[in-house]
Amino acid sequence: MNELIFFFNNVVVAGVVLGSIYAVGAIGVTLIFGILRFAHFAHGDMMTMGAFIAFLLAMAATALGITTPIVPTGFLVLPVAMILAAFIALGLDKGFYAPLRKRGARPVTMLIASIGVTLIIQGAIRLFFGSGTYSFFQTEQKQLIRIPVPLEGVTRTINFTQPQLLMVLCTAVAVLALHFFLTRSRLGKAMRAMADNADLAQVSGINTKLVVRVTWIIAGSLAAMAGTMLALDVNLKPDLAFNIVLPIFAAAIVGGLGQSYGAIAGGFLIGFAETLAIFNWSVLLRPIAGALPFELPATLAVVPTEYKLTVAFVILVVVLLWRPTGIFKGASS
Amino acid sequence: MIARRSLLMFAGLFVLFTIIGLFLGAANISLLLVQSFAYALIALGLNIQWGYGGLFNFGIMGMLMLGGAAVTFISYPVNAQFWGSEGPLMLGKALMAFLAGFLLVWAARHADRIGIKGRWKTFVTIIAWIVAYIVYRSQIDPAAAYIETAGGGWVGGLGLHPVLGWLFGGVLAAGVAYVVGKICLGLRTDYLAIATIGISEIIRALLKNMDWLTRGTLTVSPISWPTPIPQDLQAQGVSISDSFIYARLGFLGLVIVILAVAFFLVQRAYGGPWGRMMRAIRDNHIAAGSMGKNVTRRQLEIFVLGSVLMGIGGAMLVSFQQIYDPGAYQPINHTFLIWVMVIVGGAGNNWGAVFGALLIYITWMISDPLSQWLFNNVSNWSTDMGWGAIPEIQSRASQMRVFVLGVVITIALRYAPRGLIPEVVKREA
Repeated sequence: MNELIFFFNNVVVAGVVLGSIYAVGAIGVTLIFGILRFAHFAHGDMMTMGAFIAFLLAMAATALGITTPIVPTGFLVLPVAMILAAFIALGLDKGFYAPLRKRGARPVTMLIASIGVTLIIQGAIRLFFGSGTYSFFQTEQKQLIRIPVPLEGVTRTINFTQPQLLMVLCTAVAVLALHFFLTRSRLGKAMRAMADNADLAQVSGINTKLVVRVTWIIAGSLAAMAGTMLALDVNLKPDLAFNIVLPIFAAAIVGGLGQSYGAIAGGFLIGFAETLAIFNWSVLLRPIAGALPFELPATLAVVPTEYKLTVAFVILVVVLLWRPTGIFKGASS
Repeated sequence: MIARRSLLMFAGLFVLFTIIGLFLGAANISLLLVQSFAYALIALGLNIQWGYGGLFNFGIMGMLMLGGAAVTFISYPVNAQFWGSEGPLMLGKALMAFLAGFLLVWAARHADRIGIKGRWKTFVTIIAWIVAYIVYRSQIDPAAAYIETAGGGWVGGLGLHPVLGWLFGGVLAAGVAYVVGKICLGLRTDYLAIATIGISEIIRALLKNMDWLTRGTLTVSPISWPTPIPQDLQAQGVSISDSFIYARLGFLGLVIVILAVAFFLVQRAYGGPWGRMMRAIRDNHIAAGSMGKNVTRRQLEIFVLGSVLMGIGGAMLVSFQQIYDPGAYQPINHTFLIWVMVIVGGAGNNWGAVFGALLIYITWMISDPLSQWLFNNVSNWSTDMGWGAIPEIQSRASQMRVFVLGVVITIALRYAPRGLIPEVVKREA
């Protein structure tokens, strides 16, 4: 039983946390692709930027004495950070993408422009924060939650941190809110219509400019949320999300670019695949080692830990070859 | 008109290099020149892929790393301890295991010949992949562990001439590009971009962690030069400061010769029927396909050709810096930088690509000292105003260049979307 709990802690907990972060990031990527028809590479840096905004707000809140003993300050300031990030996302669109769109630039040009934005945001963050590492938990403790399992002979406990629990809750709330927005509200339906067929949406009287603005607001605030969650789980550094933007794209593509629900599924799929791939299966097999036809090595993982990020790319390549439109049918440009 | 404009721009670039040279000194500018001309060769490679063929390759970093690994393997002195140990035998076994696995997968993919079809074939193929992976891992893992501990640490080199290493860099990059192209080239542009980024990250992860092959983060140095190194010249009685300049100029000469040959060939190819066909495929692959051109085949061809130049350029950079450090490769420095070069210079025009490479590389390199100077002044001023100095100017200034690069590409896309020296489209009247 102890081994199963080890499996639960290392695969299920880690997979759910990683999957939540990927899913929230991938929703933004997929929405932008669905509405604006280009792969927005700067999404990772919008995540990092959101995390730094939340970090500054958390510092300010701590300095002003606005803290609660229950919720980490990082979560307390998250709504404000998301609003600020949404405004910045609107500004980025106005400053960088809207002029190119007006000129009728191809999606490829927009993609290159988004790389320019990536470089600018990353350069600006490094300019202000150097290349050091920051933590949300400099003044407060990261609380560890241990749940004992009421079974005989079980000594291990189910472990996760309080931020991880809050993260999963936040993701669930965000996903539900998005679901109701997309299916119940007029604007959400307009967004889905535009993702399906932009020209048809425009001639049927949908305000496409408003839809584009709403897309950026949602994508920007979700990016800030994903970035802050990532920073709360690990550390905050200027290239925090640069490495994670590729798994997020993998998640969005696996789910089918343009499909919000697909992005969520893809996020969790990639998250679990990564944690499963680096899990040391020897631990699970050890109790039945005598019954196995071969000698059990000390570590038996599908891939060594260093190759964790490559798992996402292998899945990506396989999906692209096997079903290029993703598991759910994706939009095409 | 464009010819005159580009002549003027090259003259301006020459003046810029001269002015910077006067500030930085001959030794520094010769160093920058060698590197910027090596980058020009890489940019030429990307210009073939993107400018001629419209292929969205974001995996340049992977090709540069392969080139670096190739030149390290060819030109580094022989590691006698490795060749005297069990290592080569174990590696041979791993290679056999790899080939066996490859054959198994190949057989499974052709299982329909013996009547296994549909779902069964998929099932058999997946099983074959898993078995092949397990067989390969069971051989390579002990071999790697043995070489890293008892077998001399790593494979070492072959001790051959570096130029052979450069050629091997091109060949290796071509081989990998062929496989990557076979897999990815059916994809649409943005999917292709993400897939190639993914593959270059896989290559980086492999080369960084295969300590038995590349020494990984332990880095390999010194890697030999094809031309006399400064220490050789010093032995002949050249003063120390002069020896660096002469040695780098010698290296620069070789790089320029290779660049000129590549440029000539590429330029000729652009003007010929092959180039016209490529442009037709780029502009409308459906029309080109209906004219009987094998689009996938041609795109694979151009992907491999461009990657050869990237591999050679990457090998040159490594042998010039005399150190192979797989941990030092970053997508910003080795993929996006080259994209900015080609976009700013002018995609589809070889002169533009070379111009962009030289201009962007020098901008990239001098934005660090320039912003340091700027920050120092601002810092002095803010200290005078009583606001205190800017902390950690040095590390902040070195981050400035990423910001400058982003601003440059944004401006270029907005105001000169076709580049500074745009492609000239000749039309028969």
